[in-house]
Amino acid sequence: MTTTEAAPGVIGQRLLRREDPALLTGEAKFTNDMHVPGALHLAVLRSPYAHARIVSVDVSAALDLPGVRAAYTGADLADLWAAPMPCAWPVTDDMKNPAHLPLATTKACYVGDGVACVLADSDAVARDALELIDVEYEPLAAVTDLEDALADTTVIHDELGTNSSYTWNLLVEEHDGAVDEAFAAATHTVSERYVQQRLIPMAMEPRAVLAMPQPFGGDITLYSSTQVPHILKVMTAITLGIPEHQVRVVCPSVGGGFGSKLNVYAEELLCMALSRKRGVPVRWNEERGENTMATTHGRGQIQHIELAADEQGKLTAIRVRLLADMGAYLQLVTPGVPLLGAFLYAGVYELPKAYDFSCTSVFTTMTPTDAYRGAGRPEATYAIERAMDALAAEVGVDPLELRRRNFIPTASYPYEAFSGLTYDSGDHDAAATMAAEMIGYDELRARQATQNVDGAAKRLGVGVSTYFEMCGLAPSRVLASLNYGAGGWEAATVRVLPTAKVQVVTGTSPHGQGHETSWAMIAAEKLGISPDDIDVLHSDTAISPLGLDTYGSRSLPVGGVAIAMACDKVIDKAAQIAAHQLEANVDDLEYVGGAFTVKGSPDRSLPLAAIAFEAFTAHNLPDDLEPNLEAQVTYDPPNFSWPFGTHMCVVEVDVETGEIEVLKYVAIDDCGKQINPLIVDGQVHGGVVQGLAQALYEEAVYDTDGNLTTASLAEYLVPAASDVPSITTGHTVTPSPTNQLGVKGVGEAGTIAAAPAVINAVVDALSGLGVRDISMPASPLKVWNAINSARTATDQPGGTP
Amino acid sequence: MIPAAFDYVRAENAEQAISLIGEHGDEAKFLAGGHSLLPLMKLRLAQPTVLIDIGRLTDLSYVRDAGDHIAIGALTRHMDVENSPVLHEHAPLLAHAASHVGDPQVRHRGTIGGSIAHADPASDLPATTLAMGATYVAQGPNGTREIAAADFYEGFLTTALAADEILTEIRVPKMNGAGWSFQKFNRRAQDWAIVGVAAWRSNGDSGVALVNMGSVPILASSVSSALSGGASVADAAEQAAAEADPQPDLNASAEYRVHLAKVLTRRALDAASG
Ligand SMILES: Cc1cc2nc3c(=O)[nH]c(=O)nc-3n(C[C@H](O)[C@H](O)[C@H](O)COP(=O)(O)OP(=O)(O)OC[C@H]3O[C@@H](n4cnc5c(N)ncnc54)[C@H](O)[C@@H]3O)c2cc1C
Repeated sequence: MTTTEAAPGVIGQRLLRREDPALLTGEAKFTNDMHVPGALHLAVLRSPYAHARIVSVDVSAALDLPGVRAAYTGADLADLWAAPMPCAWPVTDDMKNPAHLPLATTKACYVGDGVACVLADSDAVARDALELIDVEYEPLAAVTDLEDALADTTVIHDELGTNSSYTWNLLVEEHDGAVDEAFAAATHTVSERYVQQRLIPMAMEPRAVLAMPQPFGGDITLYSSTQVPHILKVMTAITLGIPEHQVRVVCPSVGGGFGSKLNVYAEELLCMALSRKRGVPVRWNEERGENTMATTHGRGQIQHIELAADEQGKLTAIRVRLLADMGAYLQLVTPGVPLLGAFLYAGVYELPKAYDFSCTSVFTTMTPTDAYRGAGRPEATYAIERAMDALAAEVGVDPLELRRRNFIPTASYPYEAFSGLTYDSGDHDAAATMAAEMIGYDELRARQATQNVDGAAKRLGVGVSTYFEMCGLAPSRVLASLNYGAGGWEAATVRVLPTAKVQVVTGTSPHGQGHETSWAMIAAEKLGISPDDIDVLHSDTAISPLGLDTYGSRSLPVGGVAIAMACDKVIDKAAQIAAHQLEANVDDLEYVGGAFTVKGSPDRSLPLAAIAFEAFTAHNLPDDLEPNLEAQVTYDPPNFSWPFGTHMCVVEVDVETGEIEVLKYVAIDDCGKQINPLIVDGQVHGGVVQGLAQALYEEAVYDTDGNLTTASLAEYLVPAASDVPSITTGHTVTPSPTNQLGVKGVGEAGTIAAAPAVINAVVDALSGLGVRDISMPASPLKVWNAINSARTATDQPGGTP
Repeated sequence: MIPAAFDYVRAENAEQAISLIGEHGDEAKFLAGGHSLLPLMKLRLAQPTVLIDIGRLTDLSYVRDAGDHIAIGALTRHMDVENSPVLHEHAPLLAHAASHVGDPQVRHRGTIGGSIAHADPASDLPATTLAMGATYVAQGPNGTREIAAADFYEGFLTTALAADEILTEIRVPKMNGAGWSFQKFNRRAQDWAIVGVAAWRSNGDSGVALVNMGSVPILASSVSSALSGGASVADAAEQAAAEADPQPDLNASAEYRVHLAKVLTRRALDAASG
């Protein structure tokens, strides 16, 4: 049998997202919208100290408040936990991981660490009751500086004896000493230090949890605003000692996650454990301020990167030293986040086997860090793209030209990189050329020459970022080599109902990505029917029992491909039925436009609808063929997928005030074949804004006592629509050869590319004044300070160069 | 984000509001647009036990031409100040400054009276009305009195209003074609100013006031004296921070605030002189 693609296909159309009407009209139901009579409300008392011994906790006054049903200290609940809270990524065998319980028992290790909790008839009463709990603390020194943490002056987890969690190395050398030799022989070297500030993911919907025990038999359903229902099912079962088959996890609509809902949180465990203990539903709803400290943060690294290059500026070796902030405890994948970038510090450039990467991670008395959009890869991209600009200045060539000299040549794809990983496909020059044309690169350089003169009030800057993303978080065997605690496969079921309507069941768990629309488009294209006849089911472990959820730009290149494969299986089975009914040989059939036809005899044809009904009645099926038309696939991809592209940014800096205005932003992203270009643009827009936010606005600031001073949206500056430029998107299309759809992920690309493009532009604007670097976020204050210190340095010839 | 428990009463007119606040004393607070008070209550930084809602005193929502000045009812929403044709004609600086308050949602709820009574030095309208030489009208159990804007702001979030007085009206002199400018420096469009400058200039006269340059809105009288003494705009602007006492925060050091005040004052005066 041959399958021909119906033209024009569904894939590639800019279909509006079917998810949106409910979301935009407020009809969508989130966890906290669920009305459950008799549910008790949980509130968690959080430590006001960054680091303190818990001397005593007295909940008696809280218990006296009318409406309060129970109050517990950490010690009261200690025996409810079959295991500490999970960390699924022990990156080294000797990684240090302190026991982490949902409520602290002896010590609070960050501002926001839970120390006691209340169950009450309403959220308001529960929160009032928190004020009546009396905790005696013995405050200890806060540890908020990574280098101080490393020095172990104050050790946070006494039982570990050190604040260092692990050191992980990746040394790739052609021969021993190759890196040192390359640096010694290099014509040009640069040595840079960058800081990845901590970020607060700030999903539109804070977290929310509802645990509903069944009255008999021990089953429990957990509703949670999470990205990972399947992972939660396994992990809560283990942590609470509940047989896994008795746990069902459901995510109603989820208002964003960005990695911060890729976790197993204390409140999920508390709601489940307490609902079982009391036999009633227990729910918890996170406040915005609480979200800023009780939900994981992102980034938090000090990066040292050194590049060695020959006379032309071609890279000959790279050395990277990271100091990564784990926060107070290791959450689900905390230790692995910096290592997701470990292979990407050479970016899209050719590099001989001379790569020396090492990451040391430390505990601090701040909110635990974990995945945040891009997880490790924005950090890596920032470092290499900023360092490439430094190298361009050192070599004395245009930053775009330096990149072109180093691009992995298109002809060498698939490309085996220094690390042994194979990059699937790429055409970096095409993306860079397109970006340069769309932004008017040469004209901008000319304009700079006339505008950025002595005494100019506003200076113009152009920033370039050419990036690679390693996404998909697969294959399972590679993940095993990184000590990751799970696989990288994804499951899909395609079920043709008797009336030829189709159910697609996916193990991905969308929370803003539009999977319902895109997955229906994939199945529609494969089955030759309308997407309107397809429903996509997800995010309920009773409906979709197998899956590994949504993060790491994996859903399409793993989960979407699984759906295409399941469609193939369905078509194969349907073909057998069609052949039987048409009295033809399967090989003589073709499947076009939703019908099987005998080649050369257009009148001998059977539509899918007829076959679906035959499969259902089972009155006349081939011998040995099971009734019904359904197929299940679990797909473990052979490689990561490697999206890439070029982003360019134009800024104007007001030299007097330090204000930065982004004049233009062009994003060229190559994610292979696009299922729905409208959704791709949406992902790029959101991603770019998050990267630009890191570059210019956002930072979780702690004072030296370990208090989060940006605990509200008045201080934590998430940019609004009015604060970001209009983004021009463009695409080159280099299909991935590793999957049948030719697709790569695109969820994180914008975030990965944007921050260095913006900062490169700002530094480029001010380079004429002697400014070489500005740390993120580049606030007007920092820009003004940078201009002033560059001026002071040039005014005083004897001063620091 | 859940305030402590409180009682709620709605006043039907100014007199009733005054008698209610007399009745409940220190524990009570007027609620106008709620856009300063409610955030403080949600963070439990304010815990009044009674809220007296004056938000529906529609007879205090107006913009009127009163001869030599424009009279604005205290309950007039920022959006109505921003869009008032009377203000556009006679006091465009105030209408323009109101358009810079927060975002549209804030401007549809927040009131000019609430903004002035709250007296946040980082707010736009206290400094703007101060620069314009406004007079505020307060009503208490013993009748009404006028308070000059220059005498109104006593300290951080404290004003000359007595506990049992309600602010009823803001009177701004007509600008009679004076040049003006409002400069607001912030990082996000909807934020409070890091530093702001409201300025007007007409013949020998001028008024300049600063947002977020101390514990109260600051009248930069040294700038006006320098100008009337014949100084250039650039030289006068160097005096911008003479009356100020800026504090550092996450967005600005005190030094940077002083610098911004000078730059923005110069830009404002240049625009007002144009
Ligand atoms: C997100 C956000 C952004 C904002 N951005 C800005 C900004 O950029 N610039 C800016 O200037 N402001 C800003 N604001 C504040 C906003 O302008 C407030 O509306 C205003 O400051 C207070 O007015 P209100 O009517 O809401 O007063 P309320 O919050 O109701 O009251 C404030 C205080 O004044 C008292 N009060 C109110 N009315 C009277 C009266 N008639 N007589 C006596 N006492 C009274 C109340 O008892 C209370 O103590 C912002 C607010 C928010 C929430």
